[in-house]
Amino acid sequence: MSSESLRIVWIYPDLLSTYGDRGNALILARRARQRGMPVEVLEVRSDERLPATADIYLVGGGEDGPQALGAQRLLADGGLHRAVAQGSVVFGVCAGYQLLGTSFFAKGVQCRGLELLDLQSDRGETRAVGELAGEIDPRLGLPPLTGFENHGGRTHLGPEVSPLARVTAGVGNDGATEGAWRGKLLGTYSHGPALARNPALADLLLRWATGAHQLPPLDDTWSDRLRNERRSAVAAARA
Amino acid sequence: MPLRAKVASSVSRTAAALSRAAGRGDGSVIGGWIGLKIDPDLLAHLSAGRAIALVSGTNGKTTTTRLTSAAVGVLGRVATNSFGANMPSGHTSALAKAGSTPYAVLEVDEHYLAQVLEATEPHVVALLNLSRDQLDRAKEVAMMAQLWRAALVRHTDVRVVANADDPLVVWAATPPGDPARGIKPPHVTWFSAGQRWHDDSWVCPECGSTIQRSGEQWWCTGCPLRRPEPHWVVEDEGVLDPSGAWHKVSLQLPGKVNLGNAATALAVAAEFGVRPVDAVSRLGIVTSVAGRYAQVDKDGRNIRLLLAKNPASWLEAFDMADEAPTLLSINARDPDGMDTSWLYDVDFAPLRGRQVLITGDRAYDLAVRLDVNDVPFQHVRTFDDALRAVPPGRLEVIANYTAFQDIRAELDRVI
Repeated sequence: MSSESLRIVWIYPDLLSTYGDRGNALILARRARQRGMPVEVLEVRSDERLPATADIYLVGGGEDGPQALGAQRLLADGGLHRAVAQGSVVFGVCAGYQLLGTSFFAKGVQCRGLELLDLQSDRGETRAVGELAGEIDPRLGLPPLTGFENHGGRTHLGPEVSPLARVTAGVGNDGATEGAWRGKLLGTYSHGPALARNPALADLLLRWATGAHQLPPLDDTWSDRLRNERRSAVAAARA
Repeated sequence: MPLRAKVASSVSRTAAALSRAAGRGDGSVIGGWIGLKIDPDLLAHLSAGRAIALVSGTNGKTTTTRLTSAAVGVLGRVATNSFGANMPSGHTSALAKAGSTPYAVLEVDEHYLAQVLEATEPHVVALLNLSRDQLDRAKEVAMMAQLWRAALVRHTDVRVVANADDPLVVWAATPPGDPARGIKPPHVTWFSAGQRWHDDSWVCPECGSTIQRSGEQWWCTGCPLRRPEPHWVVEDEGVLDPSGAWHKVSLQLPGKVNLGNAATALAVAAEFGVRPVDAVSRLGIVTSVAGRYAQVDKDGRNIRLLLAKNPASWLEAFDMADEAPTLLSINARDPDGMDTSWLYDVDFAPLRGRQVLITGDRAYDLAVRLDVNDVPFQHVRTFDDALRAVPPGRLEVIANYTAFQDIRAELDRVI
């Protein structure tokens, strides 16, 4: 960690917070505090400078216009690139995941991404809306991914990133793989409060940020019930 | 009315009556649906000769429509779709059922505003607010504002009554005219009803710059878009009209949000020539609206039903609810939207210190949310379990759309 407390930055809530994205900041902060870590959550609006010294950066979902604007401002600001160079954790969701790549489409125009992940996004023929599930890359040691996706993009991964998961329900990147990760950067199409349904993924980000190999377990009764219920719903929809 | 329209209108009324008699529904949609099959222009035919007001927005449509009907009722009979059936089939049913009336006040789903403006040629349209709602199937919020604006460009003769506190509404209500073609922008009367929810309007819909807020004022930092001076304002327990006269408003509906809805109703009625002093007492007659705010006594509990469909309306529901045991119920069926992410746009902290019960198809999503929010709760399987779990006295029930209808069904479809 970079200082006394774990610093979480929620990037541009005025632009990139379409639906419940605040949840990821709330969940990370709560799970850290429950382990006795002091936490500071900074909401940085798009007309403010991005601090380059935080531990975890969250980039949420957004409509096309705000996504393009968000990418432009992040490129001009440069703070996120400096933070990544210093080893900070970045978690991108939906539009926020796309803009970490080399390029993406917004309002029919190809836009330059932050080039932090080796991937590019274009438009699919159909919008992907519904439950998303997948088996996560075994090297990350996490239980299956569960989420809800709502996007029109298709994302193509380059050789320098690994897929976050192999899709078992929904579309994700392209119907076969979902999300991507490299080093301490991770992105997913599981939109909004993705960590609510994936507390183990939240803990992975916390471990990356703190360097801890293990974190004390928490009572995840309600998350477990939610995960089981969603898994059954996906299975029932397929049957 | 052409013969085809007369037949369609008559069949439509019969179908609605059959639907009610068979216990299949309120009959507020099916009749209009059949009528429109026979005569696609039926809504236009039924609208002809009536002075019409349309009421649209993300939240408060049904209640504002009800209050506006009460206010316009000063002048004569008013046709209205009071059961929240707010698409063209519902409008058609409502007008066919009401027969000939000089006035109509129609609630319109925000996605259908352009179509209904075209069909009904209203005298007034009231634009309440725009915020995120069911984004898995609805249009993005900024796109909605764009659609409204484009619709008003084609109807610059309509009188607009719009919310000065919502930047997206202000932008939608003020399309530029076209002097070359002699088109003037629509006439707008502004009301201020307050806006608790700001998270969909930090970015200017005109130029993309940041919108700044200070107190009740807001302005774009990159272009001239800013809060217009409102003509109708909520003040204390009443409403200031454009002449500066203050009218005490005694509603049976709870919360500041309903005072705002009352101000809107008075502003719309004034466009028909209704004086607020004549209309204000009629607003107090409205007790509940399609089950919303209804109170039912059962097993010693006084149950009050509050509908909350999206983040903005949850904030309003918390403002209306008493400090009492509270049951929250969440579904994610088709009419609700299948995505529960919005739960994280709502701060449930106002419920701390109250006994909180949760139920519904998606109670577990709510459980995780409340846990993160440090709000203790108890999960119950059924509405009866909830009743047994709380002491005699008030039980506030806050539910989203189909969850609300489920509970309303348990209470014999209370209206």
